[in-house]
Amino acid sequence: MSEETILLEVRHLRKDYGNGAVLKDVSLKLEKGEVLVLIGPSGCGKSTFLRCINGLEPIQSGEILLDGLSITDGTAKWSEVRQKIGMVFQSYELFPHMTVLDNILLGPTKVQKRNRKEAEADACQLLERVGLLDKKDVYPRQLSGGQKQRVAIVRALIMKPEIMLFDEVTAALDPEMVREVLDVMMELAAGGSTMMIVTHEMQFARAAADRVIFLDGGEIVETGTPDAFFDSPKTDRAQRFLNTFTFEKK
Amino acid sequence: MQDLGIRVLFMGNNFIRLLGGLWITLKISLLAVALSVVLGTLLGVVMTIKHPVIKAITKFYLEFIRIMPQLVLLFLVYFGLTKSFGINLSGQVSAVIVFTLWGTAEMGDLVRGALISIPAHQYESGAALGLTKGQIFLYIVIPQTLRRLIPLAINLTTRMIKTTSLIVMIGVVEVLKVAQQIIEANRYTVPDAALWIYGTIFFLYFLACWPISLLASWLEKRWKN
Repeated sequence: MSEETILLEVRHLRKDYGNGAVLKDVSLKLEKGEVLVLIGPSGCGKSTFLRCINGLEPIQSGEILLDGLSITDGTAKWSEVRQKIGMVFQSYELFPHMTVLDNILLGPTKVQKRNRKEAEADACQLLERVGLLDKKDVYPRQLSGGQKQRVAIVRALIMKPEIMLFDEVTAALDPEMVREVLDVMMELAAGGSTMMIVTHEMQFARAAADRVIFLDGGEIVETGTPDAFFDSPKTDRAQRFLNTFTFEKK
Repeated sequence: MQDLGIRVLFMGNNFIRLLGGLWITLKISLLAVALSVVLGTLLGVVMTIKHPVIKAITKFYLEFIRIMPQLVLLFLVYFGLTKSFGINLSGQVSAVIVFTLWGTAEMGDLVRGALISIPAHQYESGAALGLTKGQIFLYIVIPQTLRRLIPLAINLTTRMIKTTSLIVMIGVVEVLKVAQQIIEANRYTVPDAALWIYGTIFFLYFLACWPISLLASWLEKRWKN
């Protein structure tokens, strides 16, 4: 891993919550174009970890560097950092009082001060990629969950971030709609996007990831390539976790 | 036909006087409403601040206004201020003060309720896009707050208009007082004037409040997203 291509580096991150540590000592490096998948049991801190990276959660100690510059030492402005780190949430929170197009254009026009016509052309192109161009003037309540989530992805993508974070984005969707969202994410991954994905979709993780990181109890227990991790996990905890997804025929 | 009470409406300038009384009612209530909306919105935002002293003061204010009957408040301001501090306010000014105090408290509570009903995720989604706190408020929170607020705010407005009938008690000659005067003056000539006069007033209040309700329905439909 060469120094120039490391986009994100996390050093000894520690986050406490109430009376315990949610993240104990997490360090990792994310390369440009890499797709990192974080998996682990509920409560292991993976969502919290993503939220720390874009400043939605404060950290107690440790450092996060984006493009070699620290974003946690108080010198960086989050509104600028967040333009480089896009995030899509589980509850797809589109703004209900705005049309799909307005939802997407809010960021580029108000934060990046881009020309509206130019941003609109961009938006339409992205909407077409995810198959929702015909919905651009529709309000969120008229969309299905899967459609809302795809719009949420476009809304994050149009900011042209360097890294995309996905926080269990399919967890709240009906099964039929999960696939359409995962397809979009696969396409992004194949296209060279730098992504960090938290998910429970193991098949997807296996197909999309360049590297898998297994978190448990707030620390990284194991990392590896998808094939190595899923076929022969090195640690017991990882094995036990993977077993929860397989069933023996009765 | 000559015993028909309705003729009292056409006698002399009775109807004009009733309209004049309605004008006073509307002037006071709409002024109070306008002030309450502005001050109430400010109060509502202040009420969401998590500071113990601020919370205590605003809560006390809200509860005090809610417990006190409006009539008592009117007496306190109109008679009480004169007796204790020598401040001589006219009935109309006292009415505007009292109704503004009441309207601000209620409006503040409505605004606070609407603000806290916006889910935290909305703030986070805005922040994740790089919006500043001010931008999040302006483009995401306030538009949604207004949409949740308007029906209840309209309801408050019509309630304030109707409650102005109390200001008769501090000597303001508004529409109900005019009605009483007409009925008293014509007690022997038109005995069932009361029915027609009060009927007319009912109609006048309806005329005053109905357009506001229509406005609310129209707004709700427009914002039905």
